[in-house]
Amino acid sequence: MDLLTEAFAWLNDPLNWTGRNGVLALTAAHVQVTLVAVLLAAAVALPAGVALGHARRGGTLGVVVANTTRALPTLALLTLLASAGLFGNTATVLACAVFAVPPLLTNTVTGLAGVDRDVLDAARGLGMSGPRRLWLVELPLAVPLVAAGVRTAVVQVLATVPLAALVGGRSLGSVVVSGFATQRYGQVLAGGLLVAALCLVAEGLLALAQRTVTPRGVREAAGRGRRPRRGLTAADPVPAVATARGPGSNGITR
Amino acid sequence: MSATDAPPNPWFSWDYVARNWGDIERALTQHVSLTVQAVVLALVVALPLAGLAHLRPRLAGPVVGTAGVLYTVPSLALFALLAPYTGIGRTTVLIGLVLYALLVLVRNVLVGLAGVDPAVTDAARGMGYGRVRMLLQVELPQALPSIVAGVRVATVTTVALVTVGVVVGYGGLGQLMFRGFRSDYHAEIMTATVLCVLLALVADLLVVLVGRLLTPWRSARDRQAAAA
Repeated sequence: MDLLTEAFAWLNDPLNWTGRNGVLALTAAHVQVTLVAVLLAAAVALPAGVALGHARRGGTLGVVVANTTRALPTLALLTLLASAGLFGNTATVLACAVFAVPPLLTNTVTGLAGVDRDVLDAARGLGMSGPRRLWLVELPLAVPLVAAGVRTAVVQVLATVPLAALVGGRSLGSVVVSGFATQRYGQVLAGGLLVAALCLVAEGLLALAQRTVTPRGVREAAGRGRRPRRGLTAADPVPAVATARGPGSNGITR
Repeated sequence: MSATDAPPNPWFSWDYVARNWGDIERALTQHVSLTVQAVVLALVVALPLAGLAHLRPRLAGPVVGTAGVLYTVPSLALFALLAPYTGIGRTTVLIGLVLYALLVLVRNVLVGLAGVDPAVTDAARGMGYGRVRMLLQVELPQALPSIVAGVRVATVTTVALVTVGVVVGYGGLGQLMFRGFRSDYHAEIMTATVLCVLLALVADLLVVLVGRLLTPWRSARDRQAAAA
């Protein structure tokens, strides 16, 4: 327990919290990098996902993108970008954005493609045009899955950003990495606790946000009984990850 | 061979591979052995755990919940939390890898077990199968496709995750990437990256093959239906 005491001593020291490399500044940098990366990824993935899902195509593309990015180590992309001349947080943002694309893309595509055809027929019968259907029927029904994708992406990027400390990015990971470098394991432990806490808090907050943005009708329908989701069987490696990534019963799969 | 003759292409250099093959081989062996050990250990732990959670549904919630919370903890933080206790080196990396693989596997095994056709379990019960025997002889074989899918995901993520082990000095190919970054040696980073991705693909294919051998009763048409 000596180390734990040391970790709490580190956390209790006000000097570690303020200043340019204090916990507060590093957390701010961490969150900022995450937001920029997710926004960047969303700017690419959401329109593409909506287009593909609306056309009911792109299932294979999602699988390919997800599988490739899973096989590519984060560290590899970070070191590649960093040594290609993009130092500091530019490399971090780009690398993290790449890893945020798959959850956003696959969830948007499945969300839109999973809308019941009968519902679409009914909308067409009411005289709705294609864009109107997309805006008033498909998108609201896809909100739970898209929101789950955003949540997965944000938490995943929050978890990836610390690694960038190895290649010179500033984030809460810097606390861990400099602790390892100076062999102060109390500090390492403290940094680990901070990063873990940040991710868990974000996960909780986003779960709440996801509930809030889900239209009430959709939420009630989900409460009455789950709609079957097309193309999400356990035999496919991609949904398996979607299952693993989304801990809550947020309807990512099944 | 002096240091002055710069390779024609800074990113891809066969020269680098030829000169440093011993080094690369060591990193690759380390990478492979860590991956195999982690996935096998995780599978050994995950199967009984998921089986237990399936037999005692009250345990399923806490097991999956804990797994979810643990999965949210980033790898760097996990290594940081483990390293002060388990020391710098192989053990720490292995424990971290097993934990992450475990979470994927437990979830997939549970999903597979829950997805077994009720008609099949009814038939088994009618034939006088007990709860445990049914789990071992009927439900687990039926859940194999889902288990294999879980092993695939766990293997590929583990291959990528080993690289994070550099923080405790035991990262397989990640070691080369990091050293290449430190010394600004592009060919070293690129070689390690390519090898890492190739390793993930080969491992994935091997798991798929083993999965096919384990489920000979699933015909090609079943597979196509499942993929669609």
